[in-house]
Amino acid sequence: MLIKDSRQVISLFIIIGLLIVLCVLPHISSAYIVSLFISILYFTSLATSWAIFAGPTRYISFAAAAFIGIGSYTTAFLVETLPMVFVIIIAAVIGFCLAAVVGLATLRLSGIYFVIFTFGLTELIRQLVLWFEINITKNLGRYIFSDFGRPEIYYGLLILCVLTFVSGYILHRSRYGIALRTIGDDETVARHSGINATWVKVVTFAATSSVMSAAGAIMAPRWTYIDPHIAFNHIVSFEIAIMALLGGITHLFGPVLGVIPLVLLLEFLSTTFPHYSLVILGLSFLLIVFLLPNGVVGVGRSLMKLFSTSGDRGPS
Amino acid sequence: MNETTLLQVSGLKKAFGGLVAVNDIDFHIEAGEVLGVIGPNGSGKSTLLNLITGETKKDTGAVKLNGNDISAMQPHQICRNKISRTFQLVRVLPTMTVEENVMVGLLFGSERKNFNECRDEIARLLSTVDLGEKSGFLASQLTYIDKKRLELARALANQPILLLLDEWLAGLNPSELEESINLVKRLQESGITLVIVEHVMHAIRSLCDRVFVMNLGQKIVEGTPDYVLSHADVVSAYLGDESE
Repeated sequence: MLIKDSRQVISLFIIIGLLIVLCVLPHISSAYIVSLFISILYFTSLATSWAIFAGPTRYISFAAAAFIGIGSYTTAFLVETLPMVFVIIIAAVIGFCLAAVVGLATLRLSGIYFVIFTFGLTELIRQLVLWFEINITKNLGRYIFSDFGRPEIYYGLLILCVLTFVSGYILHRSRYGIALRTIGDDETVARHSGINATWVKVVTFAATSSVMSAAGAIMAPRWTYIDPHIAFNHIVSFEIAIMALLGGITHLFGPVLGVIPLVLLLEFLSTTFPHYSLVILGLSFLLIVFLLPNGVVGVGRSLMKLFSTSGDRGPS
Repeated sequence: MNETTLLQVSGLKKAFGGLVAVNDIDFHIEAGEVLGVIGPNGSGKSTLLNLITGETKKDTGAVKLNGNDISAMQPHQICRNKISRTFQLVRVLPTMTVEENVMVGLLFGSERKNFNECRDEIARLLSTVDLGEKSGFLASQLTYIDKKRLELARALANQPILLLLDEWLAGLNPSELEESINLVKRLQESGITLVIVEHVMHAIRSLCDRVFVMNLGQKIVEGTPDYVLSHADVVSAYLGDESE
């Protein structure tokens, strides 16, 4: 990795410092703070992986809940027979395979059709799991008893986030990342320039979906009890999209800037106005789309432009 | 078909519902020649290019490049077989810089270059099309003719042996047109075989070795530009019959 200028050195130090703080955090802070950070890390891994695909390609997926649900059901089925590391890997593999199949069938669809399909997919999988549980296993919900406790979940999610960011960073600077951006700009041009657009889209969709399944698998022990309605929760799909859009999906670190305020907001709303939290969440979605079409990152960039006369456009 | 035939199209047919856009077309392209395709709007010229480049799937027929049938291939595979194209409605990558637009052609085209190899090639290609000064601009900021030039540079980045230009000269003013005709001539001299779909007859006359005329999805006349442009069937295809 080449370090080119002082700005990169500073960012590197900030990242390392942040990582050290995050690593020692469970040892120095209260259980409540750790729980809050678990939420932040959970949504960071989800929103970042969502944006790695949606940012360059502009495909909006509402299937996150499907992949999270698959991950948490993998944990529910396997937690007592396998070590958690393997459970998480298996969940990621299942998520990858399902996303690849879905991607092959649907990524030829464009725009709105893809959005609707991904929404329907979550519902389809939820109903399939429900049918399976009622008719085959005869139990509607599942308890997850595991010694994979709060610190393990915290560190599991932290590792997942780091892996997501590192792969995202490499992707942005690779040939593959340019292929993704080309597809987002003009898929016809991409295909006629030698890019196997279908393959690039399917692999990226599958890889980012496997992160979501892994996140679901790691979080499942925290929920203790899951049923199809909890595991495949549409609201989460929307929340992820809102967070990523609020932060900005054109930059790798954009979604985090949306995750932190919205997790805090959700936390505040669900404790203060337990009955109206969803209404307020919906309103905030409207406001975000109207006021911050390019997210927090976009606002930051406009401010930077105001203050700098050089007007240099560094690689994002 | 002889040894110098680069592309052989035989019995090519494509219908969209009831509309037969390309109806049983046969033609060939010799290596190094400039072939013009003319015809009224809607006569199937662009569909023909889309069939050759894999954008549209044929109903029947064959497209053979150096004897190998490429008509079942995907566009990216055809591109990697060194066939490049431009589009009737100019297509650049708007959020990328001029340099990056060309880089896409270099990274994924037939040669699949790496990032370091790209730098010199980009400068060379941009100077070929006279865009060297604008390499840092966003493609969306370019003027119409510069977008056309950029599109050509991207197509050339693929190191094509066959280049398909779909109305690449349309919408230019007279001096831009002369410049662009000279540019296309230089491409031919560098050894690229060209297919030019065009309405600008002046360009057809000064560039093409051979021309064929399409009307209602069929090839109606073929020959030298002078022969074709004075042919009665061509005149009636464009202007209608005198008796009507």
